[in-house]
Amino acid sequence: MRRGSPYAPHTSAETAAMLSAIGVESEEDLFDIPDAVRFEGTFGIEATGERELREAVGRMLDRNEDLTEFLGRGQHSHYVPSVVDHLSDRSEFLTSYTQYQPEVAQGFLQSLFEYQSLLVELTGLPIANCSMYDAATALGEAATLALRVRETSGHRVLVPEEIQEGRRAVLENYVVGSDLAVESYPMADGNVDTEALAELVDEDTVMVYAESPTVRGAIEESPAAIGGLAHDHEALFVLGSDVVSLSVLQRPSDVGADVVVGDASLGLPTAYGMGLGLFACRERYLRQVPGRLVGASEDATGRRAYTLTLQTREQHIRRERATSNICTNQAWVALRAAMHAFSLGPDGLQGLANDCVRYADELAARLDDIAGVQAPTDSRHHLREFPVRTDQPAKAVADDLRDAGFAVHTLDEHLLQVCVTETNYDAVDAFVAAFEEAAR
Amino acid sequence: MIYDQARWTEDDERYEPLLSEKEAETVETDSPLPADLTRDELTLPGPSEPELARHYTRLSQMNYGVESGPFPLGSCTMKYNPKFTEDLAAHPAASVHPDRDPSTVQGTLAVMHGLQEQLAAIGGMDAVTLQPPAGAAGELTGILVAKRYHESRDDERSEVIVPDSAHGTNFASAAMAGYDVVSIPAAEDGRVDLEALEAALSEETAALMLTNPNTLGLFERDIERIAEMVHDVGGLLYYDGANLNALLGRARPGDMGFDVMHYNVHKTFATPHGGGGPGAGPVGVVSELAEFLPRPHVRATDGGYELYDPERSIGKVHGYLGNWLVLVKTYAYIRRLGDEGLADASAKAVLNANYLASQVEYEVPYGPFHHEFVASAGDQDAADVAKKMLDHGVHPPTTKWPETVHEALMTEPTEVESKRSLDQLAEAFNAVVGESEESLAEAPKRTAAGRIDQASAARNPRLSWQALEPEE
Repeated sequence: MRRGSPYAPHTSAETAAMLSAIGVESEEDLFDIPDAVRFEGTFGIEATGERELREAVGRMLDRNEDLTEFLGRGQHSHYVPSVVDHLSDRSEFLTSYTQYQPEVAQGFLQSLFEYQSLLVELTGLPIANCSMYDAATALGEAATLALRVRETSGHRVLVPEEIQEGRRAVLENYVVGSDLAVESYPMADGNVDTEALAELVDEDTVMVYAESPTVRGAIEESPAAIGGLAHDHEALFVLGSDVVSLSVLQRPSDVGADVVVGDASLGLPTAYGMGLGLFACRERYLRQVPGRLVGASEDATGRRAYTLTLQTREQHIRRERATSNICTNQAWVALRAAMHAFSLGPDGLQGLANDCVRYADELAARLDDIAGVQAPTDSRHHLREFPVRTDQPAKAVADDLRDAGFAVHTLDEHLLQVCVTETNYDAVDAFVAAFEEAAR
Repeated sequence: MIYDQARWTEDDERYEPLLSEKEAETVETDSPLPADLTRDELTLPGPSEPELARHYTRLSQMNYGVESGPFPLGSCTMKYNPKFTEDLAAHPAASVHPDRDPSTVQGTLAVMHGLQEQLAAIGGMDAVTLQPPAGAAGELTGILVAKRYHESRDDERSEVIVPDSAHGTNFASAAMAGYDVVSIPAAEDGRVDLEALEAALSEETAALMLTNPNTLGLFERDIERIAEMVHDVGGLLYYDGANLNALLGRARPGDMGFDVMHYNVHKTFATPHGGGGPGAGPVGVVSELAEFLPRPHVRATDGGYELYDPERSIGKVHGYLGNWLVLVKTYAYIRRLGDEGLADASAKAVLNANYLASQVEYEVPYGPFHHEFVASAGDQDAADVAKKMLDHGVHPPTTKWPETVHEALMTEPTEVESKRSLDQLAEAFNAVVGESEESLAEAPKRTAAGRIDQASAARNPRLSWQALEPEE
């Protein structure tokens, strides 16, 4: 095998000609590195042929157990149509860079403009950026935005006590550099405990965060009241959701949301948590938005064309005074999410959400029929997922389910959570049978 | 041969129309949920699959990627991305839910652990986290680790020092972590000014953030002295991995005295940048800092792998464990090249930069160069030069940065360009030398769109199709 980078195209004659043009003897002469810090060792990594490597890494990945997942909690599996893979894999998209030269990047810019427009339609908010890393980092950015736009010197950020652990942990790190403190408010029967929240919100609160659906899959029934509590104290109301849910739920703009964050839940498989952070907000925060924005403009011939815009907010211009340090984002995932949503169309997208509501209702009812099992544990409406109480220890039930080929969440001693979408609905009969066996 | 980019014109006002202009449907919401919880209607395009395929194929033809031609954006390291890594990322077993019990995802953890080890060896670091989803997220992670380290010693410090030619993200990340940023100028030879550094260092210094080779493509030859100075005041040395592609197998940040670093996998390890991400920004640290890494961390057990929380972890910088599919590609790429391939990649990247620098007629100050160089457009406007270069069928360099070079054209050809394509790049540069302001102002003409008015886009922001004026 050739001993060098397989992707460096130089022939030895070309290398010699180039060295001669530069006026040096060898490639090593170009490395201006003092001897004291020169590396003389090896990494111990053996070059491997492509065929052998595909087999070897494939074998490694195959060590993952083939379980049918009934897992969710903010990471949802939806079938990604083949057309999304094939179109997004076109190399002009996949191998391009951030669109610093808009004239040769119109395709990606227009795709991102369409993605922003998708979020504007779904949220009712007029400004959407062209992606954050994931829901957790989008939430962190919302908190720092709240601090910047709020004129008083408050320091409290209120989040639900039931929240995906990573979201809260990332939020804590995003506010390290400020004097913001993250505090919890209680939940009641799967929704925000608005009375308790009313006691907690005060003039010192810069942001109230709520989710719909919640981490347990319950649809929040009083988002407008939560927004009202936040606004009574001039705090920002930040709502967490996802593209599929937003297609049927009340528009966030109609319930007073100032910012919407979340994960797309479209465009990618459940790639071990790799996501796409949504971020949309009201017009008045335009110049405080984190991340990239694509805008419409005109080219020299007067035709409509697209470009990255309002870059004076960004770190390559504003440095330590930038609205965020985010530079590379999830542009290609945003492209895929938009492709996925548009391939479904409005009927298909709402149909998907409605199916998930029906699937969750049906599965909950079937599990609830099992002796010693209560599902859901609250009286709310659910989208995709819900908590399940078992008389048997939850861990034992989960272990038995795993032996039967299923993965579920274990929340505490007697609480499980299950999630159902079109990707595991076919397995529901077998799942219910296994559950009945496990909960016995 | 000259490249003309495809443009798809619908009529006189626009190129390929927005999907919403081709077709938009409004559906009234009909849901099993109560009406007071649901929206009234939803308006979106609903194209057929053939229509969708044509739309995105046309858009792709209006976009430039590494496979379209040379892409020498300085500091961005735009390399050809091997195809087989995409197949591995698409392997069905790679798609697992992040809340799976670790014992059931040993394959995923094996790849992650393997990549941690590879990156530790390449960087000369003792431990590596893969969690940060991009380079800037890696910077924030690294600075938070430094902060937690100082706090653990009851040694609170308030400042991070950054050379003024550093990437803007360095300043932003340090500020996000709550530090005051102290900027230091470069010396006349383009490298760190040791006197300025001496003056900036104090008991308040938490860290110095440095890129080596720096953004001018110059190796910081005084790195040992710099490390000593920073360590003498109790500060940590942070390595910005943006330029690591120049050093593979030749020098390691750990050996130079760096305590913490991030890797830009989409740069150094040829994972596709996807038009702006996803990337991944793993962070490596020396052993004293390992207990502060994000949680959870992957480690080997007898015959397998597990997740554990480092004792004094900073917490999390991503909801889960980062951009996993990017990590699979990175792991496979590194194994494909191995020791010799990685070293050769750096050798050819450095060769290419120096060769191209020698062929360009613009003034190229400083040198010798590692994998990039900065030319000066002199009395021409660097942004105009870039637009004109587009008409020669190449992507232009990064412009107007670093600001320490007048009308900078920051150029990084990477190892994947052949002599022939470097000659094409040099021709593109040299054809623009001496072109008049008027001629430059008319460029580009061979691209999908003509010169775009970026000022009016900022003055009158129209950020969605809902914000466009209704068609008359």
